[in-house]
Amino acid sequence: MKISKLLTTASLVALTAFGSTLANAADKIRIATEGAYAPFNMTNEQGELIGFDVEIAKALCAQMQADCEIVAQDWDGIIPGLLGRKYDAIVASMSITEERLRVVDFTNPYYSNVLAFVGPEGKELDTSEAGLKGLTVGAQRATVAGQYLEDNLADVVSVKLYDTQDNAYLDLAAGRLDALLSDKFPAYDWLRTDEGAGFEFKGEDIDINDRIAIAVRKGDPVKEKFNAALEAIVENGTYAEINARYFPFSIY
Amino acid sequence: MNWNWSVIWEYLPRLIDGVWVTLELVFLSGLLGLMLAVPLALMRASGNVWLRILPFSYIFFFRGTPLLVQIFLIYYGSSQFDLIRESALWPILREPYWCAIIAFTLNTAAYSAELIRGAIQAIPKGELEAADAFGMSRVLKIRRIVLPRAFGIVLPAYGNELILMLKSSSLASTITLLDITGAARTIIARTYTPLEIFFAAGMLYLLITAIMIGAFRLIERRLNRYQHYKAPEQVAEVDPRLVD
Repeated sequence: MKISKLLTTASLVALTAFGSTLANAADKIRIATEGAYAPFNMTNEQGELIGFDVEIAKALCAQMQADCEIVAQDWDGIIPGLLGRKYDAIVASMSITEERLRVVDFTNPYYSNVLAFVGPEGKELDTSEAGLKGLTVGAQRATVAGQYLEDNLADVVSVKLYDTQDNAYLDLAAGRLDALLSDKFPAYDWLRTDEGAGFEFKGEDIDINDRIAIAVRKGDPVKEKFNAALEAIVENGTYAEINARYFPFSIY
Repeated sequence: MNWNWSVIWEYLPRLIDGVWVTLELVFLSGLLGLMLAVPLALMRASGNVWLRILPFSYIFFFRGTPLLVQIFLIYYGSSQFDLIRESALWPILREPYWCAIIAFTLNTAAYSAELIRGAIQAIPKGELEAADAFGMSRVLKIRRIVLPRAFGIVLPAYGNELILMLKSSSLASTITLLDITGAARTIIARTYTPLEIFFAAGMLYLLITAIMIGAFRLIERRLNRYQHYKAPEQVAEVDPRLVD
Protein backbone atom coordinates (compact mmCIF):
# COMPACT_ATOMS: atom_id res chain seq x y z
CA MET A 1 0.00 0.00 0.00
CA LYS A 2 2.62 2.44 1.13
CA ILE A 3 4.97 1.51 -1.65
CA SER A 4 2.36 1.80 -4.33
CA LYS A 5 1.31 5.15 -2.98
CA LEU A 6 4.88 6.31 -3.03
CA LEU A 7 5.24 5.05 -6.58
CA THR A 8 2.10 6.82 -7.69
CA THR A 9 3.26 10.06 -6.19
CA ALA A 10 6.68 9.65 -7.74
CA SER A 11 5.23 8.92 -11.16
CA LEU A 12 2.88 11.83 -10.78
CA VAL A 13 5.73 14.18 -10.01
CA ALA A 14 7.67 12.79 -12.97
CA LEU A 15 4.71 13.13 -15.28
CA THR A 16 3.90 16.62 -14.13
CA ALA A 17 7.48 17.63 -14.79
CA PHE A 18 7.30 15.91 -18.16
CA GLY A 19 4.03 17.60 -18.94
CA SER A 20 5.15 21.05 -18.02
CA THR A 21 8.23 20.83 -20.20
CA LEU A 22 5.99 19.96 -23.12
CA ALA A 23 3.20 22.45 -22.61
CA ASN A 24 3.53 25.92 -21.20
CA ALA A 25 4.05 25.37 -17.50
CA ALA A 26 1.29 24.88 -14.92
CA ASP A 27 -1.44 27.02 -16.40
CA LYS A 28 -5.12 26.83 -15.72
CA ILE A 29 -7.03 23.71 -16.68
CA ARG A 30 -10.54 24.47 -17.86
CA ILE A 31 -13.07 21.67 -17.50
CA ALA A 32 -16.53 21.48 -19.07
CA THR A 33 -19.56 19.62 -17.78
CA GLU A 34 -23.18 19.60 -18.88
CA GLY A 35 -25.07 20.41 -15.70
CA ALA A 36 -28.23 18.50 -16.59
CA TYR A 37 -27.66 14.87 -15.65
CA ALA A 38 -28.54 14.31 -12.02
CA PRO A 39 -26.91 13.18 -9.84
CA PHE A 40 -23.71 13.34 -11.91
CA ASN A 41 -23.73 16.93 -12.98
CA MET A 42 -26.43 19.49 -12.26
CA THR A 43 -26.89 23.09 -11.23
CA ASN A 44 -28.12 24.03 -7.76
CA GLU A 45 -30.33 26.97 -6.76
CA GLN A 46 -27.29 29.22 -6.47
CA GLY A 47 -26.32 28.41 -10.04
CA GLU A 48 -23.29 26.40 -8.98
CA LEU A 49 -22.35 23.19 -10.72
CA ILE A 50 -22.58 20.22 -8.40
CA GLY A 51 -22.71 16.45 -8.64
CA PHE A 52 -20.50 13.41 -8.83
CA ASP A 53 -18.68 14.50 -12.02
CA VAL A 54 -17.99 17.93 -10.58
CA GLU A 55 -16.62 16.55 -7.33
CA ILE A 56 -14.41 14.10 -9.17
CA ALA A 57 -13.11 16.91 -11.36
CA LYS A 58 -12.32 19.02 -8.29
CA ALA A 59 -10.61 16.09 -6.56
CA LEU A 60 -8.49 15.44 -9.65
CA CYS A 61 -7.47 19.08 -9.80
CA ALA A 62 -6.54 19.05 -6.12
CA GLN A 63 -4.51 15.92 -6.73
CA MET A 64 -2.75 17.50 -9.71
CA GLN A 65 -2.32 20.71 -7.73
CA ALA A 66 -3.66 22.46 -10.75
CA ASP A 67 -5.71 25.60 -10.93
CA CYS A 68 -9.03 24.52 -12.42
CA GLU A 69 -12.11 26.24 -13.68
CA ILE A 70 -15.32 24.28 -14.25
CA VAL A 71 -17.76 25.58 -16.84
CA ALA A 72 -21.19 24.47 -18.04
CA GLN A 73 -21.72 23.63 -21.70
CA ASP A 74 -24.74 22.17 -23.52
CA TRP A 75 -24.38 18.56 -24.56
CA ASP A 76 -24.66 19.19 -28.33
CA GLY A 77 -21.71 21.52 -28.41
CA ILE A 78 -19.56 19.91 -25.76
CA ILE A 79 -17.09 18.17 -28.09
CA PRO A 80 -16.86 21.05 -30.59
CA GLY A 81 -16.11 23.36 -27.65
CA LEU A 82 -13.25 21.11 -26.56
CA LEU A 83 -11.82 21.03 -30.06
CA GLY A 84 -12.19 24.79 -30.28
CA ARG A 85 -10.05 25.14 -27.13
CA LYS A 86 -12.79 26.76 -25.07
CA TYR A 87 -11.76 24.27 -22.37
CA ASP A 88 -9.26 21.45 -22.01
CA ALA A 89 -11.27 18.51 -20.70
CA ILE A 90 -14.83 17.20 -20.49
CA VAL A 91 -15.94 15.58 -17.25
CA ALA A 92 -19.60 15.01 -18.02
CA SER A 93 -20.42 11.29 -17.72
CA MET A 94 -19.36 10.77 -21.31
CA SER A 95 -19.29 7.20 -22.59
CA ILE A 96 -16.30 6.07 -24.61
CA THR A 97 -17.62 5.32 -28.09
CA GLU A 98 -16.02 4.57 -31.42
CA GLU A 99 -17.43 7.73 -33.02
CA ARG A 100 -16.01 9.94 -30.27
CA LEU A 101 -12.64 8.21 -30.29
CA ARG A 102 -12.22 9.43 -33.86
CA VAL A 103 -12.14 13.06 -32.68
CA VAL A 104 -10.99 13.04 -29.04
CA ASP A 105 -8.83 11.03 -26.63
CA PHE A 106 -10.25 9.51 -23.48
CA THR A 107 -8.52 9.00 -20.14
CA ASN A 108 -8.93 5.78 -18.21
CA PRO A 109 -12.58 5.31 -17.21
CA TYR A 110 -13.66 6.84 -13.92
CA TYR A 111 -16.89 4.88 -13.65
CA SER A 112 -18.81 2.20 -15.47
CA ASN A 113 -22.38 2.54 -16.57
CA VAL A 114 -24.63 -0.48 -16.32
CA LEU A 115 -28.26 -0.87 -17.31
CA ALA A 116 -30.94 -2.01 -14.90
CA PHE A 117 -34.62 -2.87 -15.06
CA VAL A 118 -37.01 -0.94 -12.84
CA GLY A 119 -40.45 -2.30 -11.97
CA PRO A 120 -43.20 -1.99 -9.37
CA GLU A 121 -42.29 -3.12 -5.86
CA GLY A 122 -43.63 -6.43 -4.72
CA LYS A 123 -44.44 -7.62 -8.21
CA GLU A 124 -42.42 -10.59 -9.37
CA LEU A 125 -40.40 -9.78 -12.48
CA ASP A 126 -38.13 -12.32 -14.08
CA THR A 127 -35.70 -10.35 -16.25
CA SER A 128 -34.50 -13.34 -18.25
CA GLU A 129 -35.60 -13.43 -21.86
CA ALA A 130 -38.19 -16.09 -21.14
CA GLY A 131 -39.51 -14.16 -18.14
CA LEU A 132 -39.90 -10.92 -20.08
CA LYS A 133 -41.78 -12.52 -22.96
CA GLY A 134 -44.89 -10.56 -23.92
CA LEU A 135 -44.29 -7.71 -21.48
CA THR A 136 -44.13 -4.02 -22.32
CA VAL A 137 -40.76 -2.45 -21.56
CA GLY A 138 -39.88 1.23 -21.98
CA ALA A 139 -36.70 3.25 -22.37
CA GLN A 140 -35.61 6.67 -23.50
CA ARG A 141 -35.03 7.04 -27.24
CA ALA A 142 -31.41 7.63 -28.37
CA THR A 143 -29.89 6.13 -25.24
CA VAL A 144 -27.86 2.98 -24.76
CA ALA A 145 -30.83 1.49 -22.89
CA GLY A 146 -33.15 2.11 -25.84
CA GLN A 147 -30.67 0.58 -28.24
CA TYR A 148 -30.13 -2.40 -25.99
CA LEU A 149 -33.88 -3.14 -26.01
CA GLU A 150 -34.09 -2.84 -29.78
CA ASP A 151 -31.02 -4.97 -30.40
CA ASN A 152 -31.63 -7.72 -27.90
CA LEU A 153 -35.26 -7.88 -26.87
CA ALA A 154 -37.26 -6.45 -29.79
CA ASP A 155 -38.73 -9.86 -30.66
CA VAL A 156 -39.49 -10.78 -27.07
CA VAL A 157 -41.04 -7.69 -25.51
CA SER A 158 -43.04 -4.78 -26.82
CA VAL A 159 -40.59 -1.86 -26.80
CA LYS A 160 -41.84 1.66 -26.09
CA LEU A 161 -39.46 4.57 -26.62
CA TYR A 162 -39.91 7.94 -24.92
CA ASP A 163 -38.59 11.40 -25.75
CA THR A 164 -37.50 12.03 -22.18
CA GLN A 165 -36.70 9.87 -19.22
CA ASP A 166 -39.39 11.71 -17.25
CA ASN A 167 -42.13 10.61 -19.64
CA ALA A 168 -40.96 7.02 -19.30
CA TYR A 169 -41.15 7.33 -15.51
CA LEU A 170 -44.71 8.74 -15.82
CA ASP A 171 -45.85 5.76 -17.87
CA LEU A 172 -44.18 3.32 -15.50
CA ALA A 173 -46.05 4.96 -12.62
CA ALA A 174 -49.30 4.85 -14.65
CA GLY A 175 -48.94 1.11 -15.14
CA ARG A 176 -48.61 1.28 -18.92
CA LEU A 177 -45.16 -0.26 -18.65
CA ASP A 178 -44.34 -3.51 -16.94
CA ALA A 179 -40.74 -2.42 -16.63
CA LEU A 180 -38.31 0.28 -17.61
CA LEU A 181 -34.73 -0.18 -18.76
CA SER A 182 -32.45 2.69 -17.81
CA ASP A 183 -28.93 3.73 -16.92
CA LYS A 184 -28.71 2.39 -13.40
CA PHE A 185 -27.36 5.35 -11.46
CA PRO A 186 -29.78 8.10 -12.54
CA ALA A 187 -32.61 5.59 -11.97
CA TYR A 188 -31.22 4.95 -8.50
CA ASP A 189 -31.57 8.67 -7.89
CA TRP A 190 -35.19 8.64 -9.13
CA LEU A 191 -36.13 5.69 -6.94
CA ARG A 192 -35.29 7.81 -3.90
CA THR A 193 -37.73 10.59 -4.92
CA ASP A 194 -41.43 10.64 -3.98
CA GLU A 195 -42.45 9.72 -7.52
CA GLY A 196 -40.14 6.73 -7.47
CA ALA A 197 -41.52 5.33 -4.24
CA GLY A 198 -43.17 1.98 -4.86
CA PHE A 199 -40.65 0.95 -7.51
CA GLU A 200 -37.42 -1.00 -7.30
CA PHE A 201 -34.64 -2.50 -9.38
CA LYS A 202 -35.43 -5.88 -10.85
CA GLY A 203 -33.12 -8.77 -11.67
CA GLU A 204 -29.46 -8.54 -12.54
CA ASP A 205 -27.76 -5.44 -13.90
CA ILE A 206 -26.84 -5.58 -17.56
CA ASP A 207 -23.20 -4.84 -18.23
CA ILE A 208 -22.92 -3.42 -21.73
CA ASN A 209 -19.27 -2.52 -21.32
CA ASP A 210 -20.11 1.17 -21.18
CA ARG A 211 -17.13 3.02 -19.70
CA ILE A 212 -17.29 6.66 -18.66
CA ALA A 213 -14.14 8.75 -19.03
CA ILE A 214 -12.73 12.23 -19.37
CA ALA A 215 -12.40 13.51 -22.92
CA VAL A 216 -9.40 15.60 -23.92
CA ARG A 217 -8.04 16.84 -27.25
CA LYS A 218 -6.14 14.27 -29.28
CA GLY A 219 -2.52 14.05 -28.22
CA ASP A 220 -2.90 16.46 -25.30
CA PRO A 221 -0.46 15.42 -22.53
CA VAL A 222 -3.02 16.49 -19.94
CA LYS A 223 -4.51 13.03 -20.46
CA GLU A 224 -1.59 11.41 -18.65
CA LYS A 225 -1.92 13.89 -15.80
CA PHE A 226 -5.58 13.00 -15.40
CA ASN A 227 -4.80 9.27 -15.50
CA ALA A 228 -2.17 9.60 -12.78
CA ALA A 229 -4.41 11.77 -10.63
CA LEU A 230 -7.31 9.38 -11.10
CA GLU A 231 -5.17 6.47 -10.02
CA ALA A 232 -4.07 8.46 -6.99
CA ILE A 233 -7.55 9.44 -5.78
CA VAL A 234 -8.77 5.87 -6.21
CA GLU A 235 -5.75 4.72 -4.23
CA ASN A 236 -5.99 7.25 -1.39
CA GLY A 237 -9.73 6.79 -0.81
CA THR A 238 -10.90 10.20 -2.07
CA TYR A 239 -12.79 8.50 -4.88
CA ALA A 240 -14.54 6.08 -2.52
CA GLU A 241 -15.46 8.98 -0.27
CA ILE A 242 -17.12 10.90 -3.12
CA ASN A 243 -18.74 7.71 -4.39
CA ALA A 244 -20.25 7.07 -0.95
CA ARG A 245 -21.86 10.52 -0.90
CA TYR A 246 -23.96 9.54 -3.94
CA PHE A 247 -24.28 5.77 -3.95
CA PRO A 248 -23.95 3.14 -1.25
CA PHE A 249 -22.22 0.84 -3.76
CA SER A 250 -19.09 1.30 -5.83
CA ILE A 251 -19.59 2.57 -9.36
CA TYR A 252 -15.89 2.51 -10.28
CA MET B 1 -21.04 16.73 -46.75
CA ASN B 2 -21.51 13.05 -47.30
CA TRP B 3 -25.01 12.10 -48.22
CA ASN B 4 -25.77 8.47 -47.56
CA TRP B 5 -28.40 7.00 -49.89
CA SER B 6 -27.90 3.44 -48.71
CA VAL B 7 -29.14 4.23 -45.22
CA ILE B 8 -32.47 5.29 -46.76
CA TRP B 9 -32.89 2.03 -48.67
CA GLU B 10 -31.80 -0.01 -45.67
CA TYR B 11 -34.39 1.51 -43.35
CA LEU B 12 -37.18 2.12 -45.89
CA PRO B 13 -39.16 -0.98 -44.81
CA ARG B 14 -39.34 0.39 -41.25
CA LEU B 15 -40.50 3.77 -42.53
CA ILE B 16 -43.16 2.04 -44.61
CA ASP B 17 -44.40 0.22 -41.51
CA GLY B 18 -44.79 3.73 -40.14
CA VAL B 19 -46.82 4.75 -43.20
CA TRP B 20 -49.54 2.24 -42.30
CA VAL B 21 -49.74 3.53 -38.74
CA THR B 22 -49.99 7.12 -40.00
CA LEU B 23 -52.69 6.20 -42.53
CA GLU B 24 -54.71 4.32 -39.93
CA LEU B 25 -54.51 7.25 -37.52
CA VAL B 26 -55.56 9.81 -40.13
CA PHE B 27 -58.40 7.86 -41.71
CA LEU B 28 -59.88 6.41 -38.56
CA SER B 29 -59.86 9.71 -36.70
CA GLY B 30 -60.92 11.55 -39.87
CA LEU B 31 -63.97 9.29 -40.19
CA LEU B 32 -64.90 9.44 -36.50
CA GLY B 33 -64.25 13.18 -36.50
CA LEU B 34 -66.61 13.71 -39.43
CA MET B 35 -69.34 11.68 -37.71
CA LEU B 36 -68.96 13.92 -34.67
CA ALA B 37 -68.67 17.12 -36.69
CA VAL B 38 -72.00 16.84 -38.55
CA PRO B 39 -74.30 16.98 -35.51
CA LEU B 40 -72.04 19.62 -33.96
CA ALA B 41 -72.30 21.77 -37.08
CA LEU B 42 -76.09 21.38 -37.22
CA MET B 43 -76.35 22.43 -33.58
CA ARG B 44 -73.95 25.27 -34.19
CA ALA B 45 -76.06 26.54 -37.12
CA SER B 46 -79.31 26.23 -35.20
CA GLY B 47 -81.36 29.28 -34.22
CA ASN B 48 -81.63 28.14 -30.61
CA VAL B 49 -79.03 29.79 -28.36
CA TRP B 50 -79.03 26.93 -25.84
CA LEU B 51 -78.37 24.43 -28.60
CA ARG B 52 -75.47 26.55 -29.85
CA ILE B 53 -73.65 26.89 -26.53
CA LEU B 54 -72.32 23.33 -26.21
CA PRO B 55 -70.74 23.05 -29.66
CA PHE B 56 -69.44 26.58 -29.38
CA SER B 57 -67.51 25.88 -26.16
CA TYR B 58 -66.28 22.55 -27.50
CA ILE B 59 -64.99 24.11 -30.70
CA PHE B 60 -63.55 27.06 -28.81
CA PHE B 61 -61.55 24.76 -26.53
CA PHE B 62 -60.21 22.42 -29.20
CA ARG B 63 -59.31 25.15 -31.68
CA GLY B 64 -57.80 27.29 -28.95
CA THR B 65 -55.32 24.79 -27.52
CA PRO B 66 -52.38 23.09 -29.25
CA LEU B 67 -52.89 19.52 -30.40
CA LEU B 68 -49.72 18.47 -28.60
CA VAL B 69 -51.19 19.68 -25.32
CA GLN B 70 -54.41 17.79 -26.03
CA ILE B 71 -52.49 14.58 -26.72
CA PHE B 72 -50.43 14.94 -23.56
CA LEU B 73 -53.52 15.70 -21.47
CA ILE B 74 -55.33 12.64 -22.78
CA TYR B 75 -52.33 10.29 -22.61
CA TYR B 76 -50.32 11.37 -19.57
CA GLY B 77 -53.12 13.30 -17.87
CA SER B 78 -55.70 10.51 -17.82
CA SER B 79 -53.25 8.11 -16.25
CA GLN B 80 -52.75 10.38 -13.24
CA PHE B 81 -56.20 9.62 -11.83
CA ASP B 82 -56.82 6.39 -9.96
CA LEU B 83 -60.49 6.84 -10.81
CA ILE B 84 -59.73 6.50 -14.52
CA ARG B 85 -57.15 3.77 -14.04
CA GLU B 86 -59.72 1.63 -12.25
CA SER B 87 -62.58 2.41 -14.63
CA ALA B 88 -63.81 0.44 -17.62
CA LEU B 89 -62.23 3.06 -19.89
CA TRP B 90 -58.68 2.20 -18.85
CA PRO B 91 -58.15 -0.68 -21.32
CA ILE B 92 -58.72 1.94 -24.06
CA LEU B 93 -56.92 4.90 -22.47
CA ARG B 94 -54.03 2.64 -21.59
CA GLU B 95 -53.12 2.28 -25.27
CA PRO B 96 -51.22 5.13 -26.93
CA TYR B 97 -52.92 4.19 -30.21
CA TRP B 98 -56.42 4.89 -28.90
CA CYS B 99 -55.31 7.99 -27.03
CA ALA B 100 -53.98 9.36 -30.31
CA ILE B 101 -57.21 8.44 -32.12
CA ILE B 102 -59.28 10.16 -29.42
CA ALA B 103 -57.16 13.32 -29.47
CA PHE B 104 -57.11 13.55 -33.28
CA THR B 105 -60.84 12.81 -33.54
CA LEU B 106 -61.83 15.50 -31.04
CA ASN B 107 -59.45 17.98 -32.64
CA THR B 108 -60.46 17.44 -36.24
CA ALA B 109 -64.15 17.33 -35.28
CA ALA B 110 -63.87 20.86 -33.90
CA TYR B 111 -62.28 22.22 -37.07
CA SER B 112 -64.56 20.27 -39.43
CA ALA B 113 -67.69 21.31 -37.52
CA GLU B 114 -66.75 24.93 -38.10
CA LEU B 115 -66.16 24.26 -41.82
CA ILE B 116 -69.48 22.46 -42.16
CA ARG B 117 -71.30 25.21 -40.29
CA GLY B 118 -69.90 27.71 -42.78
CA ALA B 119 -71.02 25.53 -45.66
CA ILE B 120 -74.54 25.12 -44.24
CA GLN B 121 -74.87 28.86 -43.93
CA ALA B 122 -73.59 29.32 -47.48
CA ILE B 123 -76.42 27.32 -49.03
CA PRO B 124 -78.42 29.75 -51.21
CA LYS B 125 -81.55 30.81 -49.35
CA GLY B 126 -83.71 30.13 -52.40
CA GLU B 127 -83.01 26.41 -52.19
CA LEU B 128 -84.14 26.27 -48.57
CA GLU B 129 -87.23 28.30 -49.43
CA ALA B 130 -87.99 25.88 -52.23
CA ALA B 131 -87.75 22.97 -49.78
CA ASP B 132 -90.14 24.74 -47.44
CA ALA B 133 -92.48 25.52 -50.33
CA PHE B 134 -92.63 21.81 -51.06
CA GLY B 135 -93.75 21.30 -47.47
CA MET B 136 -90.71 19.24 -46.47
CA SER B 137 -90.37 18.50 -42.77
CA ARG B 138 -87.29 19.84 -41.00
CA VAL B 139 -85.61 16.41 -40.95
CA LEU B 140 -86.35 15.71 -44.58
CA LYS B 141 -85.03 19.14 -45.54
CA ILE B 142 -81.77 18.47 -43.69
CA ARG B 143 -81.41 15.04 -45.22
CA ARG B 144 -82.27 15.95 -48.81
CA ILE B 145 -81.16 19.55 -49.15
CA VAL B 146 -78.97 20.89 -46.34
CA LEU B 147 -76.46 18.07 -45.91
CA PRO B 148 -75.91 17.12 -49.56
CA ARG B 149 -75.48 20.77 -50.52
CA ALA B 150 -73.23 21.48 -47.54
CA PHE B 151 -70.96 18.52 -48.40
CA GLY B 152 -70.50 19.80 -51.91
CA ILE B 153 -69.57 23.22 -50.64
CA VAL B 154 -67.30 22.01 -47.82
CA LEU B 155 -65.31 19.52 -49.84
CA PRO B 156 -62.30 21.63 -50.93
CA ALA B 157 -61.87 23.03 -47.41
CA TYR B 158 -62.29 19.59 -45.87
CA GLY B 159 -59.56 18.18 -48.10
CA ASN B 160 -57.34 20.85 -46.68
CA GLU B 161 -58.26 19.86 -43.13
CA LEU B 162 -57.40 16.20 -43.79
CA ILE B 163 -53.99 17.17 -45.18
CA LEU B 164 -53.31 19.27 -42.10
CA MET B 165 -54.36 16.27 -40.00
CA LEU B 166 -51.92 14.05 -41.85
CA LYS B 167 -49.08 16.28 -40.85
CA SER B 168 -50.32 16.82 -37.30
CA SER B 169 -50.40 13.05 -36.91
CA SER B 170 -46.62 13.18 -36.57
CA LEU B 171 -47.27 14.27 -32.97
CA ALA B 172 -48.32 10.69 -32.26
CA SER B 173 -44.61 9.91 -32.09
CA THR B 174 -44.43 11.80 -28.80
CA ILE B 175 -46.55 9.15 -27.10
CA THR B 176 -44.40 6.23 -28.28
CA LEU B 177 -46.30 5.41 -31.48
CA LEU B 178 -44.13 4.41 -34.41
CA ASP B 179 -45.81 6.37 -37.17
CA ILE B 180 -43.64 7.74 -40.00
CA THR B 181 -42.08 10.36 -37.75
CA GLY B 182 -41.72 8.00 -34.79
CA ALA B 183 -40.02 5.41 -36.96
CA ALA B 184 -37.73 8.08 -38.44
CA ARG B 185 -36.67 9.37 -35.05
CA THR B 186 -35.99 5.87 -33.78
CA ILE B 187 -33.85 5.10 -36.84
CA ILE B 188 -31.92 8.37 -36.46
CA ALA B 189 -31.10 7.58 -32.82
CA ARG B 190 -29.10 4.69 -34.17
CA THR B 191 -27.70 5.86 -37.50
CA TYR B 192 -27.02 9.54 -36.72
CA THR B 193 -28.22 10.45 -40.22
CA PRO B 194 -31.04 12.91 -39.54
CA LEU B 195 -30.88 14.56 -42.98
CA GLU B 196 -31.28 11.40 -45.01
CA ILE B 197 -33.96 9.80 -42.87
CA PHE B 198 -36.05 12.95 -42.40
CA PHE B 199 -35.75 13.55 -46.15
CA ALA B 200 -37.14 10.06 -46.81
CA ALA B 201 -39.91 10.59 -44.25
CA GLY B 202 -40.78 13.94 -45.83
CA MET B 203 -41.03 12.30 -49.25
CA LEU B 204 -43.45 9.71 -47.86
CA TYR B 205 -45.68 12.45 -46.42
CA LEU B 206 -45.53 14.24 -49.78
CA LEU B 207 -46.58 11.07 -51.58
CA ILE B 208 -49.55 10.51 -49.27
CA THR B 209 -50.58 14.14 -49.66
CA ALA B 210 -50.42 13.85 -53.45
CA ILE B 211 -52.70 10.81 -53.37
CA MET B 212 -55.13 12.58 -51.04
CA ILE B 213 -55.26 15.65 -53.28
CA GLY B 214 -55.99 13.44 -56.29
CA ALA B 215 -58.73 11.53 -54.45
CA PHE B 216 -60.41 14.73 -53.32
CA ARG B 217 -60.31 16.13 -56.83
CA LEU B 218 -62.13 13.06 -58.12
CA ILE B 219 -64.78 13.23 -55.39
CA GLU B 220 -65.25 16.95 -55.97
CA ARG B 221 -65.68 16.47 -59.68
CA ARG B 222 -68.35 13.86 -59.05
CA LEU B 223 -70.19 15.65 -56.26
CA ASN B 224 -70.09 19.12 -57.80
CA ARG B 225 -70.48 18.00 -61.38
CA TYR B 226 -73.36 20.43 -61.90
CA GLN B 227 -70.88 23.28 -61.54
CA HIS B 228 -68.76 22.25 -64.49
CA TYR B 229 -69.79 23.10 -67.98
CA LYS B 230 -68.02 21.35 -70.79
CA ALA B 231 -68.66 22.78 -74.21
CA PRO B 232 -69.59 20.22 -76.90
CA GLU B 233 -66.73 19.64 -79.32
CA GLN B 234 -68.70 20.47 -82.38
CA VAL B 235 -71.74 22.64 -82.48
CA ALA B 236 -74.14 21.46 -85.10
CA GLU B 237 -75.66 23.84 -87.63
CA VAL B 238 -73.90 27.04 -86.85
CA ASP B 239 -75.38 30.12 -88.38
CA PRO B 240 -72.87 30.98 -91.13
CA ARG B 241 -73.06 34.64 -90.17
CA LEU B 242 -71.45 33.83 -86.81
CA VAL B 243 -68.39 32.33 -88.45
CA ASP B 244 -65.85 34.59 -90.08
